[in-house]
Amino acid sequence: MVNNINDLSADFPILDQQVNGERLAYLDNAATAQKPKQVVDTLVHFYEHDNANVHRGVHTLAERATTQYEEARKKVQHFINAADNREIIFTKGCTDGLNLVASTYGEQNIHDGDEIVISIMEHHSNLIPWQQLAIKKHAKLKYIELTPDGTLDMADARQKITDKTKIVAVAHASNVLGTVNPLKDLAQLAHQHGAIIVGDGAQSVPHMPVDVQDLDVDFYAFSGHKMMGPTGIGVLYGKADLLREMPPYQYGGEMISAVYRDRTEFADIPFKFEAGTQNIAGAIALGTAVDYLEKIGMDQVAAKEQELVDYVLPQLEAIPYVTVYGPQDPQQHTGVIAFNMAGIHPHDVATALDAEGVAVRAGHHCAQPLMAALGVAATTRASFYFYNTQKDADQLINAIKATKEFFNGGTI
Amino acid sequence: MGLSKLNGLYREVILDHANHPHNKHDIPQATSKMTVHNPTCGDTINVAVDVEDGRIKDIGYSGSGCTISQASASMMTEAVKGKTTDEALAMAKTFSDMAIGKQHSQADLDQLGDAQILTSIMEFPARIKCATISWWALQRALLKKDDEEEEQ
Repeated sequence: MVNNINDLSADFPILDQQVNGERLAYLDNAATAQKPKQVVDTLVHFYEHDNANVHRGVHTLAERATTQYEEARKKVQHFINAADNREIIFTKGCTDGLNLVASTYGEQNIHDGDEIVISIMEHHSNLIPWQQLAIKKHAKLKYIELTPDGTLDMADARQKITDKTKIVAVAHASNVLGTVNPLKDLAQLAHQHGAIIVGDGAQSVPHMPVDVQDLDVDFYAFSGHKMMGPTGIGVLYGKADLLREMPPYQYGGEMISAVYRDRTEFADIPFKFEAGTQNIAGAIALGTAVDYLEKIGMDQVAAKEQELVDYVLPQLEAIPYVTVYGPQDPQQHTGVIAFNMAGIHPHDVATALDAEGVAVRAGHHCAQPLMAALGVAATTRASFYFYNTQKDADQLINAIKATKEFFNGGTI
Repeated sequence: MGLSKLNGLYREVILDHANHPHNKHDIPQATSKMTVHNPTCGDTINVAVDVEDGRIKDIGYSGSGCTISQASASMMTEAVKGKTTDEALAMAKTFSDMAIGKQHSQADLDQLGDAQILTSIMEFPARIKCATISWWALQRALLKKDDEEEEQ
């Protein structure tokens, strides 16, 4: 493994290519991260040498697959500092984990007149499950609003979270605003009112040290693919005593201890929530992604991203026709940078940047209520990861200037 | 290559329609209206038609969107104004077919007027929806049954 965080190119062959005749600057990491060779090699090795179903066979390959799968669970446990490896449930992704909580814990504990509190900056995956649950249960869905500088309004949170609140669900880091929410404070607030708190870790776990015990979150969901694992694997952390009280999410193989004609005894956690054959190779490769991140160190990952933000954000803000959303202070901003160029629609911006080799996302970023709150239909979003370089940032800035020239400079 | 790749996509006539859209206004006497969303970007387009004796007497649109969607809506309204609904539906089909790479005769293309330029959108698969959304709205507006709720 290449150890120098400033030159990881050998681990990421995908980044070494040209698109549209230009050097690729991959700045769509908030959508999905690229996979280092080590993760890809794990997938290939598993399928070429160890592939078998887990927990069922007595044969050697089944034993190997089971050991690696459970090893991956422990790696994730240590990575987020969960108290017990049984608190780690493998899911399809962050969305799946949040839906699991809404349709089990939520189904069981939300009643007529209860309140669910989320924030206006939620990704649809941490919004719709709660919205639909609230509709079904005649509960009230409340939104914590933003301060004028684009951070979560904690004064509003203290107003919105009341003794009627049963569930608080908030993103740890925004996929649009580049903010990190004070999840620990929110957890304390929720607990003071007897509510539980669900953290959406999709944009935080890949980028910063996360300690679920220190945060004191009750549930915490994240995706594997945004932290360089494969797609189709994710994690739901839940406190063991809560998980044990919850009904199963899906029924089928693997999640039972005994089945009779008229009833079923369900397995203990985590297997109660892992019905059917899981994404075994994906979980094992996610374990490799965890190894990779731990070898670099999450403090280092966060520091490198901060360095990139310190470099690129002031340059973006200095361009008169560019508006950056969320906090303007680089120290308050993660590597997720949503912006607009005056007079040019984000979709046109993204097409133009792509022509210059810069991969960004344009659209509502699955956060339409947030877009409405910001008063825009869409934004362009550049999102950095630790393997990005100042060269990528330079290419973004230059491409933005060329785009302005292309659309308004009379070059066509 | 870089941005020069885009010269075909953002030709002068396209930028002109986007910056100076035609028929971008409400039709108070409209016989049918339709709102459609582009779920990938959150853009919305509203098309209103005034059909009399099977002919599109007037047409207008509103909404916000990218250069491609705005230019396409402007060109679409120019192309179908005065046409019979059958002609307009045939044009919408030609446009949608072209956008997904199906071939049509030159005579069909000529019917589209300026709008045929945008069939070059097929070189940019990510943007096809932007160009077809207004034609889709037109189709829905023309085929809408009287009692059908407007999609919101």
